[in-house]
Amino acid sequence: MADVSLRKVVKRYDDVEAVRGIDLDISDHEFIVLVGPSGCGKSTTLRMIAGLEDISDGDIMIGGDIVNDVPPKDRDIAMVFQNYALYPHMTVAENMSFGLRLKHYPKAEIKARVTEAARLLDITDLVDRKPKQLSGGQRQRVAMGRAIVRNPKVFLFDEPLSNLDAKLRVQMRIEIKKVHQKVRTTTVYVTHDQVEAMTLADRVVVMNRGRIEQIGTPNELYHKPATRFVAGFIGSPAMNFIPCRLEDVGGSLQIRLTDRIAFALPAARAARYNALPRTDKLLLGLRPEHLTESHAHHGPGIESFDTVLDVTEPMGMETLVYFGLDGTPVCGRVDPNAGATDGAPMRLAMDLNNMHLLNEETGVVL
Amino acid sequence: MSTLTIDKAGPTRKVKYGSMSRDRAWALRWSYFFLVLFAIFFLTPPLYMLITSLKSSAEISAATNPWWVFHPTLSNYVELLTSNQFLRFFWNSSIVAIVVVVITMLISIPAAFALARMKFWGSATLATGVFLTYLIPDSLLFIPLFKMLAVIQDVTGITLLNRWYVLLFIYPTLTVPFCTWIMIGYFASIPKELDEAALIDGASWLQTLTRIFIPVALPGLIAATIFAFTVSWAQFLYPLVFTTSVDQLVLPVGITTTLIKGDVFNWGQIMTGALLGAAPPLIIYAFLMDYYIAGLTAGATKG
Repeated sequence: MADVSLRKVVKRYDDVEAVRGIDLDISDHEFIVLVGPSGCGKSTTLRMIAGLEDISDGDIMIGGDIVNDVPPKDRDIAMVFQNYALYPHMTVAENMSFGLRLKHYPKAEIKARVTEAARLLDITDLVDRKPKQLSGGQRQRVAMGRAIVRNPKVFLFDEPLSNLDAKLRVQMRIEIKKVHQKVRTTTVYVTHDQVEAMTLADRVVVMNRGRIEQIGTPNELYHKPATRFVAGFIGSPAMNFIPCRLEDVGGSLQIRLTDRIAFALPAARAARYNALPRTDKLLLGLRPEHLTESHAHHGPGIESFDTVLDVTEPMGMETLVYFGLDGTPVCGRVDPNAGATDGAPMRLAMDLNNMHLLNEETGVVL
Repeated sequence: MSTLTIDKAGPTRKVKYGSMSRDRAWALRWSYFFLVLFAIFFLTPPLYMLITSLKSSAEISAATNPWWVFHPTLSNYVELLTSNQFLRFFWNSSIVAIVVVVITMLISIPAAFALARMKFWGSATLATGVFLTYLIPDSLLFIPLFKMLAVIQDVTGITLLNRWYVLLFIYPTLTVPFCTWIMIGYFASIPKELDEAALIDGASWLQTLTRIFIPVALPGLIAATIFAFTVSWAQFLYPLVFTTSVDQLVLPVGITTTLIKGDVFNWGQIMTGALLGAAPPLIIYAFLMDYYIAGLTAGATKG
């Protein structure tokens, strides 16, 4: 087990920079998830840690040693691929023990390790089968087993659940988390699914266009996003961004969304945003759960307004409502019994205590 | 613009539906018709060979029905199989074919692996080049090849011409390009993650080849083996050019040169020799077909 460090790591393909200078410190036992849209460089970063891609610039360290030039087999890592990459002509046990057999481990130890990993992953009955006799979920377990038996310094997962159906994905997600709680190996996990990232990670690394946008715990990313990209990427349905401006009215600061909708900011927020130039183009960032049905009595910072709903989506435990504010589409989450219907007027409330203010041009959360 | 009128009443006549089982029956009938046609076309010559091989020379030259054996005899078989000359041809052919298959595999498999997987500068061009060499017909190549070997023989002093073992150098020029090409295709179809997994598991390139690629691409390997064997076994032009002494001949050339004396054709023995010569490839096909299992790669990845 070991920590992993990336220092200004760059990957260039001819004239395209896929990864543009990444700094990342992963501590021992940590579960790190790299998340981002396709083409953001997350898989390339993982493959550079694995040694499957050369790095164009910078340093990668595993356990304190620079491994830039060390071949994959000497990095003491194990990788789980999206398409499992099981050896089709070998049984499950042979698949899992291939690495150990290449290193000439004693037979008894190989058997013990395979048995232990099979027990951990609940595939003891399958060890004599060939991969083609297994279901997708079982194959993914075998692929994990192949990683576990090696007892490596680092686990690398490259979108391991993307090939599974939705239900199995949730189940395997929990399975992976359980395995990590037991073996505690440093893990780097790549996914494009922000739910997977949030649920699995100790810390999430959000990547975009070859750069790290933000590193933080799932809650930090959700509640304190640093940029518009992170704010919009993490959370489903996504955060609303509503064009707005700040106004001084009678000594207090208020936020104007449309010609007829403007609210006084709560004291804490007013203090925070008071120094901002009033001329900046701003965006109000508000998550759908902070846009709910209006109640007769509400606390400070919660402001009501009337609107007409375009579409409603009953989800069971809540109903998503969609409406427009001066042409900007906005999503809110209301109680299923609040009486939201397609095309009907509704009185909604904004919780400005949980608002974010973003600079529209730079995308920075202020 | 014409106006489109839609008949809302629907079709007045009852729609006649087809029948899937009837369609299938007709498709099968046509399939069988053509299959039988082709079978007759291709099986008639071997049948004629078999009939003729069972006749005596007298019966062959007699003006009787050529499609029937009136006095069957195994004398042609006995004569050939007890003739040292024929057994010598058989032996030469076997040795040449087997050694050529081995040489071809030893060259083609690593070459195909390198060209399919180790992306190096010019590998794609080289792969195409390998295939292009196969397209040059041997009837164009035999004279320069002969010249080349003559020079080598003069320079080194090693006798190459008119020796059966010269064929071991020449046949691979036919088999290696094609087999390499087939193997490149098979290796390229193996998912890249498989060798990456092997690489991470600690396998060297050679171990990846021998322990992952060869077992996974076994159907392709067998196809290449069959091809190399058939080409070596049936090759006629090169042995005709490069070997002349009777004890150096391989089967196809041996049969035609020794059993045709001037304008006297020993038809019975020629047909017997051809039939016996066709047997080994047939036996090898039948044996290897059992191993020719498609879908061996199923389950390696999602699919």
